[in-house]
Amino acid sequence: MSSSRDAMLHRIRHAVANGVRQSQHPTESAAYEVHDQLDAPQRIAQFAHRVEEYKAWVGECDTSAVARMIAQRLAVHGHRTLVLPHDFVQMWRPEGYELIEDDHLPAAHIAASDGVISTCALGIAQTGTIVLDGGVGQGRRMLTLLPDYHCCVVPASLVVGTVPEAFARLESVIGDRRAPMTFISGPSATSDIELNRVEGVHGPRTLEVIIVRDA
Amino acid sequence: MKPDSVIIELSPRFEVGAKKALQNTQLRRNMGKATQTIRAKRSAVVDEKSDWQALREAGWQIKADVMAQLDTYLVQLEAAVTAAGGVVHWARDAREANHIVTELIRQTGTNEIIKVKSLTTDEIRLNEHLEEAGIQAIETDLAELIIQLANEKSSHILVPAIHKNRSEIRALFQKAMNLPDLTDEPKALAAAARQYLREKFMSVKVATSGANFAIAETGSVCVVESEGNGRMCLTMPDVLITVMGIEKILPKWQDLGVFMQLLPRSSTGERMNPYTSIWTGVTPGDGPQQFHLVLLDNGRTSVLADAVGRQTLHCIRCSACINICPVYERTGGHAYGSVYPGPIGAILTPQLVGTAHASSLPYASSLCGACYDVCPVKINIPEVLVHLRGQVVAEKQKTLAGALDVEAWGMQGLATVFANRRAYEAAQSAGRLAQWPFVNDGYIDQGPGPLAAWTAMRDLGAIPQQSFRSWWRERQKHEQ
Ligand code: SF4
Repeated sequence: MSSSRDAMLHRIRHAVANGVRQSQHPTESAAYEVHDQLDAPQRIAQFAHRVEEYKAWVGECDTSAVARMIAQRLAVHGHRTLVLPHDFVQMWRPEGYELIEDDHLPAAHIAASDGVISTCALGIAQTGTIVLDGGVGQGRRMLTLLPDYHCCVVPASLVVGTVPEAFARLESVIGDRRAPMTFISGPSATSDIELNRVEGVHGPRTLEVIIVRDA
Repeated sequence: MKPDSVIIELSPRFEVGAKKALQNTQLRRNMGKATQTIRAKRSAVVDEKSDWQALREAGWQIKADVMAQLDTYLVQLEAAVTAAGGVVHWARDAREANHIVTELIRQTGTNEIIKVKSLTTDEIRLNEHLEEAGIQAIETDLAELIIQLANEKSSHILVPAIHKNRSEIRALFQKAMNLPDLTDEPKALAAAARQYLREKFMSVKVATSGANFAIAETGSVCVVESEGNGRMCLTMPDVLITVMGIEKILPKWQDLGVFMQLLPRSSTGERMNPYTSIWTGVTPGDGPQQFHLVLLDNGRTSVLADAVGRQTLHCIRCSACINICPVYERTGGHAYGSVYPGPIGAILTPQLVGTAHASSLPYASSLCGACYDVCPVKINIPEVLVHLRGQVVAEKQKTLAGALDVEAWGMQGLATVFANRRAYEAAQSAGRLAQWPFVNDGYIDQGPGPLAAWTAMRDLGAIPQQSFRSWWRERQKHEQ
């Protein structure tokens, strides 16, 4: 296919030869907002509020209370068997539940669980978004995709204000380990049936977020 | 050098398709509801961004830079994807792209693939080609699944099944999924699709997708979606084949931060879409272990060569222009006879296949300019439309009949008027006064004399007392 490659590149060079080659990439000079105007508590409040607007349940607690809050949520749903990444923080693990660490679990096994518990790489306040990048406490993508319930623990220190800030922080992740990323904004949804938003098609139909206050 | 793909249906006469569509009331009712809902949602989330115009400007500039240095960025992307364990393929046209994809699938020994909705693979008619090669492509987007089960064509790039109501969907699912007791509750219908497709996600070994963006400097590819079928297709199979138009490239990682604000707000009217996946080549232990990226030209380099038309390639397929278009609102997507409907379709399709093959599409617009105002990357759609009309007219004049065609001559004069917003609006209000003898029930049936040909395709409603543009401007004023 190298002949196609050459032909396409040739056609492109020919096509732009008559135009101005604007070599100035605009990012540096851009006038759009990079940082928000909020203080830390306001930013966390915005994050919580915007995640809730996607119909996800949001709770907030100290790091010592995370395990208890997760347990409460699991009890609400009647979930018993949970999968989680092998490096999920020990002190956040709820007691009295069957917790299965993902050590090459078969997909069917993951799908058959009641839900998954994970943490995240980042939260974005302005859009109510959680970013997963396969780092500590997040596991591989399949783990947070197949179960019907996802409980995500978000340390407040990981919540940034804006989308550009998030991409600036993630730049090193892409550079260092080329990690696959997933941006999650609420549970999966479709508007394909007479334009009614229906929560839950293929991803977890229930998303719950626990924000951990800074110590 | 025309692309050999068949973007266009057999008879891409917009006026014929439009007339047919206007008679379908279900379609009109759904379209009306759809466009109202999406417009309101979009303007709410756009208005809350005080830096929206700066974002649009950044979007325009990044894309302008992409077009000016497309060769450099593509070579950079190829190197980055390859370094990350992916394989890059180059396809001059639909035939080459289909061939590459078919061969890649054949090598895996499978005859069934799962597919994420992608306009690019629709454009090259991948499904049909695979079918001929004995490979079944299973669409996994809810709407695409509905369309596929109904054996129909999509009518909207974002909500392709917009013309189907819930009882029609239930009937389709009952039959295809063997669920006689299924109700027509949207939740139940979605759950049925979840169950039906889950088994496919867990077993099928090969997936194809399109790409919303690809980053030259990192080799990362990005798919933006709502339902999670994208995540499934990008995560579960062993082999992933992504077909991407060459214009989808962005130079830098940080550029995604601009487009991930522009796209969801313009597209579904959300601050962020439910799921966005970004992957870079192959990651051991996570997702497909074979990744192929097919870079598709298929007429795009011809568009690039046209100084006015080039901006069409900036399009990020958000569908905001479609949702705002008063013409589309009345006709729906099928009338455009192309996988790309609405204002963007009216400028993209004729350029991809040549104006000679889609000469009516540049006329499928009233040039009200609303599409330009909402376009997140500031594509001046009216400017390109007028430019293309000029080309259509020039082509017609090459024939004797064309030379005598009053409409053709008239268009040249009109083009000057259309090119200027003020002059167009003046002409439009003059038209409002002059058109009354031919108005019938609010619709202009047939214009007199040479106008007959003109109205044959503009029989979409009389020019309203208040033009869309002035209504829109009024509304903006009130909201500020
Ligand atoms: S032309 Fe602009 S508004 Fe229309 S789909 Fe493309 S990016 Fe969106």
